[in-house]
Amino acid sequence: MKIVVCVKQVPDTKGGVQFNPDGTLNRGAMLAIMNPDDKAGLEAALRLKDEYGAEVTVLTMGLPKATDVLREALAMGADKGILVTDRVLGGADTWATSSTIAAALKKLDYDLIITGRQAIDGDTAQVGPQISEHLDIPVISYAQDIKIDGDSVVVERQFEDRYHVLKAKMPCLITALSELNEPRYMTPGGIFDAVDAEITTWGRADLTELDDANIGLAGSPTKIAKASDKVRKGAGEVVTLDPEESVAYIMGKLTEKHII
Amino acid sequence: MDFALDKKHEMARTLFREFAENEVKPFAQETDETEVFPRAIVDKMAKYGFLGIPVPKEYGGQGCDPLTYAMCVEELAKVCGTTAVIVSAHTSLCIDPIMTYGTEEQKKKYVPDLASGKKLGAFGLTEPGAGTDAQGQQTKAVLDGDEWVLNGSKCFITNGKEADVYIIIAVTGVVEKRGRKQKEISAFIVEKGTPGFTFGTKEKKMGIRGSSTYELIFTDCRIPKENILGAKGKGFGIAMHTLDGGRIGIAAQALGIAEGALDRTVEYVKERKQFGRSIAQFQNTQFQLAEMATSVEAAQLLVYKAAKAKETQKVYSVEAAKAKLFAAQVAMDVTTKAVQLHGGYGYIREYEVERMMRDAKITEIYEGTSEVQRMVISGNLLK
Repeated sequence: MKIVVCVKQVPDTKGGVQFNPDGTLNRGAMLAIMNPDDKAGLEAALRLKDEYGAEVTVLTMGLPKATDVLREALAMGADKGILVTDRVLGGADTWATSSTIAAALKKLDYDLIITGRQAIDGDTAQVGPQISEHLDIPVISYAQDIKIDGDSVVVERQFEDRYHVLKAKMPCLITALSELNEPRYMTPGGIFDAVDAEITTWGRADLTELDDANIGLAGSPTKIAKASDKVRKGAGEVVTLDPEESVAYIMGKLTEKHII
Repeated sequence: MDFALDKKHEMARTLFREFAENEVKPFAQETDETEVFPRAIVDKMAKYGFLGIPVPKEYGGQGCDPLTYAMCVEELAKVCGTTAVIVSAHTSLCIDPIMTYGTEEQKKKYVPDLASGKKLGAFGLTEPGAGTDAQGQQTKAVLDGDEWVLNGSKCFITNGKEADVYIIIAVTGVVEKRGRKQKEISAFIVEKGTPGFTFGTKEKKMGIRGSSTYELIFTDCRIPKENILGAKGKGFGIAMHTLDGGRIGIAAQALGIAEGALDRTVEYVKERKQFGRSIAQFQNTQFQLAEMATSVEAAQLLVYKAAKAKETQKVYSVEAAKAKLFAAQVAMDVTTKAVQLHGGYGYIREYEVERMMRDAKITEIYEGTSEVQRMVISGNLLK
């Protein structure tokens, strides 16, 4: 079985957020980690590898610095790492991102593709399902449990108040939730090997099944018009009311702020 | 000269830090309080290869270097001095002498299980009458046919009773050296469960209370002839070489304890308010923190230099002695200041700094007291 896990390097929420003048994130200036949902997806792939035997390839699109997450994945037990990087691919929205990643996946053999549910920076949860559309394969999102049954996968898909058990023939795509599992740690020896391991790097020229109209900032149907930091909360106010009135007051405030 | 860590060591530090924060820190207070050996944590460390970091891959280890190992002990010690010394005694004092002096058969038999953490190791040198004067050994080993027969006892043995494999130093005879009679000392590998090998008192300690410190007792304990480690009569040299490496581990432990206490203190002084402002805003606090941070960094450089020396030099006794001497002093000094900056709360067991202060003291004593380190360093200066 061949599994490809798509991972993204995202800013560590512990560090500050930096923007470029065009409204996109200045990724080079921020602390970076492997996106938590993707890490769960990778752990799911490694468990399938432990249980059924599989070759796990990890794919990412990003700055050259994104090789860090590939090396982390290798140190956890993945077999191969592929970095898709090119200046012309920068500033992509979900359409351009999924078009590019799908073009890279077309160069690979796969039975299963695993992505995270969503990345903690963009928070769209669009790229996984869009990749499956580009590749014309089924998608099961929000996976909380994955099993293999012959040439099919059986997946529990999380809903707000229940879960569905879905079965799909491979090849297919699954988007994983960070609640799915607890990702394993790297090992010290795994790190030493991963740092010396060769990472395959593909640029625009390597992605033959990709249309220039669908890449980068220019190929993105959506553009970020403006980005700003959250407005800071002002100082609290002290109100003296009797208990009855205070309930009404608090409910009123919560409604006014669209919290309830 | 490059003071920046390379990618490998940077990633290894991230790993050790995350593991220590997530898996070790939540249990550190409980381990101290209950004095129970943290077996579940040791098993988890074994799973991720932490018990065989500098061991070559062909012997089931991780194939990393002494610096990676020292960084592991350092990061563990930041949150729990006990967990750090378990790894250090196992790796430096048991695996290292077998890897350095063992025959191919001994290495193949013992190292893979130790490096994978399936088995735990310990080192028995100290006796009630032979501490700093390690030559004063009383435990005897006599060859009887195909077996060595051990009689005597060892005290203050880290990982005692919990460990499966022990390196034991014993007297095997008397030799004449420059007309004077001297004890001939040899090293042995002894397995737990060997008849005649039992455990005595468990020590009740001031600090590192989850670490299992036991007395070992040998009563006509028979071990196979081939379990002698290195040549007969070379035991003292083996013990001294082993301790050189072990001192880097303890220096790393001391460094970690100091760093942990500094981290806790920086957090605390920013939160704690007196006279209407955080105590971090008082110049006394600021100057204390500056002193602490500076000495911690100086200790770190000495520890890392000693680890590098172990990788690249045949003899690294002086580097190891300097690192241990200084890092242990820093640990004691920084943890004492940390308790002071916490005020009354620092003396309460709920705040981790009092545990760190208790844990720090042992780093000035075990694997050679600070006075022994001064002897090693000055001996080299004046030779």
